Amino acid sequence: MVRVSLFVTCIVDQVFPNVGIAMAEVLERAGCELEFRESQTCCAQPAFNSGYRDQARSVAEHFLTTFEGAEYIVVPSGSCCSMISHHFAELLPGDKRVHDLEPRVWEFSQFLTNVLKIEDVGAAFDGLVTYHDSCHALRELKIKDGPRRLLQNVRGLRLVEMDTAEECCGFGGTFSVKFPEISGGMVRTKIDSIERTGASTVVSIDSSCLMQIQGALSRAGSKIRTMHLAEVLASK
Amino acid sequence: MEGTLPLTSREQILGNARAALNRRQGDPAPPPPPVLLTEVLSAGLVEQFAKALEALAGKVVIVKTPADAEVAIDKALNGRSFIRSSEPFSRDAIAFVEVGITSADYGLADTGSLVMFTESHESRLLSLLPPCHIAVIRSSQIVPSLDDVFRLRPLPGERSSAMVVITGPSRTGDIEMRLVRGVHGPGEIHVIIVEDDVTYSD
Amino acid sequence: MKTPDVTAALGNSKLQLAIYSATARMAERRRENLTPDYQDLRQHAHDIKKHTLNHLDYYLEQLEKNVEARGGKVIWAKDGAEACAFIQKLARGRGVKVIVKSKSMTTEEIHLNDHLEGDGIEAVETDLGEYILQLNGEKPFHIIAPALHKTIGDVSEVFEKHLHSKPETSPEALTQIARIALREKFLEAGMGITGANFLIADSGAVVVVENEGNARLSSSAPKIHVAVSGIEKLIPRAQDLAVFLKLLGRSATGQSLSVYTSFLAGPKREGEPDGPEEFYLVLLDNGRTKLLADESKRQSLYCIRCGACLNHCPVYRKIGGYNYPWVYSGPIGKILTPQFMGVEHDPWLPFASSLCGACGEVCPVKIEIPRILLELRSDKVAAGGDSGELWSFKVWSWVMRHPKIYAKLASVALSAAPTKKDSLFAVGPLKNWLSQRDLPVPPAKSFRDLWKERSR
Repeated sequence: MVRVSLFVTCIVDQVFPNVGIAMAEVLERAGCELEFRESQTCCAQPAFNSGYRDQARSVAEHFLTTFEGAEYIVVPSGSCCSMISHHFAELLPGDKRVHDLEPRVWEFSQFLTNVLKIEDVGAAFDGLVTYHDSCHALRELKIKDGPRRLLQNVRGLRLVEMDTAEECCGFGGTFSVKFPEISGGMVRTKIDSIERTGASTVVSIDSSCLMQIQGALSRAGSKIRTMHLAEVLASK
Repeated sequence: MEGTLPLTSREQILGNARAALNRRQGDPAPPPPPVLLTEVLSAGLVEQFAKALEALAGKVVIVKTPADAEVAIDKALNGRSFIRSSEPFSRDAIAFVEVGITSADYGLADTGSLVMFTESHESRLLSLLPPCHIAVIRSSQIVPSLDDVFRLRPLPGERSSAMVVITGPSRTGDIEMRLVRGVHGPGEIHVIIVEDDVTYSD
Repeated sequence: MKTPDVTAALGNSKLQLAIYSATARMAERRRENLTPDYQDLRQHAHDIKKHTLNHLDYYLEQLEKNVEARGGKVIWAKDGAEACAFIQKLARGRGVKVIVKSKSMTTEEIHLNDHLEGDGIEAVETDLGEYILQLNGEKPFHIIAPALHKTIGDVSEVFEKHLHSKPETSPEALTQIARIALREKFLEAGMGITGANFLIADSGAVVVVENEGNARLSSSAPKIHVAVSGIEKLIPRAQDLAVFLKLLGRSATGQSLSVYTSFLAGPKREGEPDGPEEFYLVLLDNGRTKLLADESKRQSLYCIRCGACLNHCPVYRKIGGYNYPWVYSGPIGKILTPQFMGVEHDPWLPFASSLCGACGEVCPVKIEIPRILLELRSDKVAAGGDSGELWSFKVWSWVMRHPKIYAKLASVALSAAPTKKDSLFAVGPLKNWLSQRDLPVPPAKSFRDLWKERSR
């Protein structure tokens, strides 16, 4: 029995809770025993990316305390996962807790493919879907094929590639509100590309990207919907 | 004890660099990472060269004898005015002639390039000013890649003030990213290869 | 925080198309020409640069010794003013009236042309794109493709106005006009100035890489050749060029080798038919030793100016080169500018990035641009100046360490957040978000609430 401690991330907790529920369902169906430690809050990325390392450090330490002793920590976000596994070491260099934690933190799709070694979760979802490669997942965690294989094994799902899959959606955390025009320009390029695929749904493993893309699609009056990979994999 | 004269810029720059690197004057440097020269396949060098240069819109003619080379040069000249580096010429004349004919020191098979060292007494400007450049080389001068030239000549500046690697006709994409040949250097390049029996080997 | 006014660039659809398609083409060609040993090559290049810069004083001295052994002269310029002063003095002393210049970002950095023009010397940019811009009084838009924002029609107009040529509609015809005009200058010039892509310590040589032939002409036709280079361009051995040349052409435009690679080791030697009679290498510091001192960010100096980071940066591809405060634009500009000028100079610059990481992925010398951007952000915060933001993050940090309070506050904040852009409450960051896209409708229950229910 694989014991998984869920780190849902603050954005999923407060804005997209269904993503967390979907992830939990998929993991349970795959045979995992789940726990949710209530003292969890945030991975500290907003402060770290804004240059506030002291503030980021104290929140990172809260994370370390919260997840002490957890066997596996699974995260429905590439950027939050890489914050923990790649950047905690910059905030707390030489810290043993960080060193012990790094191999146990997994982004959700990578946990399925690399730890549970599952590529077919038995899901069903009808529709033409395109996949957006979120930047931290792609470049820091090297996640590219895993989510695509998981999607391709969903019954009824047809996967089509957009021509700018690897281009940034323009969210970038506070970048989206500090430089709204540039961020807006970037996401409009992305949704043009999505629209050209003819897909009805765009999927990603990062809710922050999905929030950016959905916001732009809705503003443009598009019928295309966004879904997190977990939500697709939870569909029957 | 430091002198009271202000430091020269040289002393300041070197001094700042040393301070930045926590080094003192006269500190040695450990050896650099080893030189990385790759081995490229050595078969069919003449054919590879021709293919690579033709892909860049260069023209390649392979002949068996120097006499055949003269015929090929005539054909390429097509009646145009020319200067041959093997005959005396004035520098001013280079600016007006249509074709410059030179030798070269090496050909690079993988990129279709010519390599010219000034110690061979070829004029720099003759392969540069006229709108057409014809180079005559022997097949034994063709090596697999630039790495081989560096293997053979680790210090290119030893006897030459310049080494130039010429890879196809002069080009630009500066106007709307559209390819145009013959900007300042020659827009037309011909290489005539005279086959000799020697082939390059390490 | 004051941010640049990018509205004009973003609203100009002609410009947007030009930037996007030009950079896409360069990126595509680069991708097509990647070799299987690419990762090994770039690691090796990184290691060579690291070694060289970690022992820069040693290699600078070796370079100087070898330049002088080959009959050249080294001029040490601690700043731009000194470099310009030397060149002006040399030109005056030799009665030089016309100078031909090939593309050099370093000479842009020190405003060399302005200084020379002040002296009544005609300094002609000979790179086609730069020539067009110079005629029109404009600055370069991109490191590799300076005039990428200009159409054929624009270029024809510039030539008609300044060269009195007739209107042309083909790039070939326009190029021919420039070729003829510039040929006169090459042959008349008393001095040629180039930059240097690389400086070779064991040979006392400069290496200049180009496609047009103007750098070869500038360094071969006039009697005097002056090469201006930052001190960081050094590599130890001529043989190291093998790796760097493999990376430079491919990263910049996808070519395996650029058309002309010139390895120049001093003035012409005895018996050579032509070449410059005098050779000067101006070594420029202008703040580089300051960057050298920051061990963590020192790798910013490894840059070989290939332009790949610009071509892959989603921000550069939207706003173009003119919206950056200094001569170096794109991701490399974002990390060099604050280090040369100080973070307070353009405090917004390191933040104008979504940290997508594309730049670091394509850098041929493996500069960790995203990591350095994050450090610069931290430096900016440490320098102070935004007490409002500091206070917000202090509160944020406290809330995030008190989970029960976080849970309560979050749900309150979300239910109060306006989703419509005309709401009275759409101020600050919310207003900025809503100016470009909609907000999601907040959920009725948070995950933790749903989890509690689920577990019962």
